[in-house]
Amino acid sequence: MTIYGVAFLAFCFLVGKILGNLLGDVLGFNGDIGGVGFAMIILILGHSYLQRNDMIEAPSTKGIMFWSNMYIPVIIAMAATQNVHAALSGGWVALLAGLTATAAGFYLVPVLSKIGRAPTNPNA
Amino acid sequence: MIDTITQVLVKNGLIFGFLLVGCIMLLSVWFSNAITKKKIPGVAIAILVGLGLALFGGKKGIADIPLFSGMALLGGSMLRDFTVVATAMGADLDKIKHAGLAGTIALFVGVIGSFFFGAVVAYTLGYHDAESIATIGAGACTYIVGPITGGALGASSEVIAISIAAGVVKTIITTIGTPLVAKAIKLDNPHSAVVFGGLIGTTSGVAAGLAATDPKLVPYGALTATFYTGLGCLLCPSILYFLVKILVG
Repeated sequence: MTIYGVAFLAFCFLVGKILGNLLGDVLGFNGDIGGVGFAMIILILGHSYLQRNDMIEAPSTKGIMFWSNMYIPVIIAMAATQNVHAALSGGWVALLAGLTATAAGFYLVPVLSKIGRAPTNPNA
Repeated sequence: MIDTITQVLVKNGLIFGFLLVGCIMLLSVWFSNAITKKKIPGVAIAILVGLGLALFGGKKGIADIPLFSGMALLGGSMLRDFTVVATAMGADLDKIKHAGLAGTIALFVGVIGSFFFGAVVAYTLGYHDAESIATIGAGACTYIVGPITGGALGASSEVIAISIAAGVVKTIITTIGTPLVAKAIKLDNPHSAVVFGGLIGTTSGVAAGLAATDPKLVPYGALTATFYTGLGCLLCPSILYFLVKILVG
């Protein structure tokens, strides 16, 4: 049943969020650290376990896939609800700070992507 | 009659949001195919349309207009995180494991690097007290790290507003810029998407930017990005602030 998949996804999501918030508490920061990341890992491991043991049917998986496909519409709605005026009203300091930080991030992607690549090369 | 229709749409805001986003998507995909000959992906155009619509509102973008208030629920953090988690179904755990070290390093480099560049800009443009510099530096991480750092350090509300703006600028530049630079920075595989998420860190920007580039990469980027704001909130008001304090006195 579709709802089983959605419920399983909700379970993973909430457990991940709780773990993220607990980690935040432990580290003395009142918020969520990595909740989405934990939830994703729980979902991947949990789903492959259920699948291996024939405990999840195709319609249930479809319930998860539906939400997976819904994320682009959600992102579009999110774009439409951004505080674009704040970005424009922060002046040059905000514009340059945001721009340089992002540009530096872009620039470093190919540099840091080399880490952990080509494990056969002893010089890497 | 108009009143009745409006009332129905406001009362069923989330559902109206589905219809609205569906229409945006339909027009964007048509525009992508017919006008740009698929050179600009439909998703990228739809996200730009979304940002354009946000200009009509204020703090919550178009959701500030009562008729479109349902968009805040559809595009809010709850459904964003829920759907992003669901995208993990398409992710390969081995590839994540493989990129784990690079992703972790990217997180630290991303937070410290963003803070550094934000702080340098703040200093160059006339902010010389450690609290303001650190707050604006934190804002260059994400728009959540900025105000949390500013609040912890007791920065002025003007500086906190600038730090939020810096973070929003980052989100928007990431959203628009990622598909444009993807080829140049070799952002075309799960490994570099994990690194990208760690370096940029704004969950909204990373998810939207990767969606416009290649939706298959979203779970990998989102996975690391989700740790970024937390890490930033830990490092910025503490170690990084003290470093600034030592440097500027």
